[in-house]
Amino acid sequence: MSSWERFLDTFFNARVMAKYWPDILYGMWVTIELAVLVVITGIASGLLLALLRAAGIRPVNWLMIFVVDVLRALPPLVIIVLIYFGLPSVDIAPSGFVSTWAALALVLMAFSEEIFWSGITAVPRGQWEASRSTGLSFTQTLLFVVLPQALRMTIPPLTSRTIAITKGTALGSVVAVSEILGQASSAVSNSYNPSPLMLGAAAYLVLFIPVVVAGRWVETRFAWKK
Amino acid sequence: MAAPIIEARAIHKHFGALHVLKGVDLQVAERELVFVIGPSGSGKSTLLRCLNRLETPDSGSVVVDGIDLLARATDINRARQRIGMVFQSFNLYPHMTALGNVTLALRKVAGKTAAEAEALGLAALDRVGLRDRAGHTPGQLSGGQAQRVAIARAIALEPRVMLFDEPTSALDPELVGSVLAVMRELRQDGMTMVVVSHEMGFARAAADRVVFMDDGQIVEQGAPAAIFEAPREARTRAFIGQIQRH
Amino acid sequence: MLDTFFNIEIMKAAWPILLAGLGNTLLLSATVVPLGLLGGLILALLARLRSPWVRWPLMAWVDFFRAFPPLVLLIFLYAGLPFIGLELGGFGCVAIAFFLNTGAYYGEILRAGIDSVPTGQSEAARSTGLSATQTMAWVILPQAVRNVLPDLMSNTLEVVKLTALGSVVAMPELLFQARQAQSLTYNPTPIVVAALIYFALLWPLVRLLSRLENRALRAG
Ligand SMILES: Nc1ncnc2c1ncn2[C@@H]1O[C@H](COP(=O)(O)OP(=O)(O)OP(=O)(O)O)[C@@H](O)[C@H]1O
Ligand SMILES: [Mg+2]
Repeated sequence: MSSWERFLDTFFNARVMAKYWPDILYGMWVTIELAVLVVITGIASGLLLALLRAAGIRPVNWLMIFVVDVLRALPPLVIIVLIYFGLPSVDIAPSGFVSTWAALALVLMAFSEEIFWSGITAVPRGQWEASRSTGLSFTQTLLFVVLPQALRMTIPPLTSRTIAITKGTALGSVVAVSEILGQASSAVSNSYNPSPLMLGAAAYLVLFIPVVVAGRWVETRFAWKK
Repeated sequence: MAAPIIEARAIHKHFGALHVLKGVDLQVAERELVFVIGPSGSGKSTLLRCLNRLETPDSGSVVVDGIDLLARATDINRARQRIGMVFQSFNLYPHMTALGNVTLALRKVAGKTAAEAEALGLAALDRVGLRDRAGHTPGQLSGGQAQRVAIARAIALEPRVMLFDEPTSALDPELVGSVLAVMRELRQDGMTMVVVSHEMGFARAAADRVVFMDDGQIVEQGAPAAIFEAPREARTRAFIGQIQRH
Repeated sequence: MLDTFFNIEIMKAAWPILLAGLGNTLLLSATVVPLGLLGGLILALLARLRSPWVRWPLMAWVDFFRAFPPLVLLIFLYAGLPFIGLELGGFGCVAIAFFLNTGAYYGEILRAGIDSVPTGQSEAARSTGLSATQTMAWVILPQAVRNVLPDLMSNTLEVVKLTALGSVVAMPELLFQARQAQSLTYNPTPIVVAALIYFALLWPLVRLLSRLENRALRAG
């Protein structure tokens, strides 16, 4: 066997790949589920927090800023491990899936709250004044005048941050979530062959390359401009 | 003089340690056009913004069209429908069309249906000569057009009084005329107006009364001719002399 | 509750282990941040070559690593390379993975920074006789870095947090040490303490960033 053939046999072993691709496919499905859940709950709760912050209730805002800071300062993996290994001590035992989802959603919530809030404060004061001068209430002004402008500004930073956090679904493998990486890793140790890792890598690229390319497009389309 | 439609009494306003309004009284009669002039920082904008409670005075009273703006029970959002305001920087909503700008408060505050709001909005745009620009966004309008849309946004609510804060200061000179023309028409239709502006020609031609402010106080007021030709106070004289040299 | 999450006895016992982990986390950060910056600088400078032969592969490279979760890259190197006889160990794998992954992010930021410097700057510098390299080093880069400083700092924060991935490949950094201590004591206190250490370490940076970001948006 030439060394090239040996290389192929090691990393692209057809027999191993044939055996394990259904596992990887299942892992892809879990990854997608997890990612969609994280994105929806994370961004929605971030937006709600930002709107609440606009109400300007001092103690609420201080608490919020502190929680957001904590979630920005801690590595997501630490948060996952805290939830997964810590909560059982108080008789709550979230699954690996739930732990990963909760941790990543919290992190995305924190980052998106910051981004939405920056967007809201970036809308010029004159917009508030013009709207209030025609009789719109604070809440109406926030929802109909300020938020639409803020959202547009927040799309580029929010997109790239969301992609980065969504990739964190791979961290689930550490707490036994059978997403792509978890499936690929266990296939490698079962088969003593790294080919499943190649499949796993391909699966990530299939999922995330379109997202990254779309993100690039979104970033140029909604780039900061007056 | 009939009972004033705007009645502001003894207004004081601080920003931190800065005493910006030092006991200002201003009464405006129905259909009157009052013109406010004064050096930069004298408190003109602040006074104007107290008249629709964009700024809340520290003390004093503001009654507009019989509504006490500073009373706790007052629904300020309903009151503001009757008090139109036009800003120096237009402040059009950039994410909406001209018509969208005009109809937003009609729908959300005045409770009109979409169809009613559209009809009223188009009529208001028609009054400022921009019915054909209804579908344009603010970015596609010239400065003069943008300011006229802003005026339409205010008059669509059928306000009882209109406040203008330097409506032409951000405009290229050749665009000023179109905005002043709209204001003149409003005046002819009997609108009560308070105008902060440097357009002295307009003041002479259209104002009933000119108010000169300096350092947070009203120093002198009277008919345009009196203020411009024969000011009594030294500070007024200095200010008039300065602007006429330009 | 306190006994579970803030058990003083366990804290005392785990403290030296965690401290060693903190030391390694700092060491790891001090290695991978410069490595990532170096990778990013190389990418950003390559992006100056306007040739499509450079630009397209470069974009593909960057997008590839933006799409690839860093943990996957790390496992890939750690579990895959030994099969072709390359035993780099945890540290080597972490170093390569960060060079590739964070290099792509730093590269995008630095490229945007360089693009934000007006061409007149380069023309003025060249007109005084500075070489292309001197112009880049003394005129363009300093301005570029200043223009994107918040982004650079925010990415650096992410990189430091990312060092926690080292725990997965048995690097004895803070999270790894905490999990060791936790599995020995059957008590989550070490992980809670590790989280507190991370927070104490990174909070100042988070605060600073949040201020800078707000200011940038308001000015933008
Ligand atoms: N929101 C605010 N916070 C703090 N200071 C303010 C605020 N608004 C106005 N001021 C200050 O109050 C003073 C009066 O401002 P105002 O805008 O009323 O002046 P003005 O007569 O309209 O001046 P200009 O002709 O320049 O528009 C100024 O010194 C200004 O800096
Ligand atoms: Mg003013």
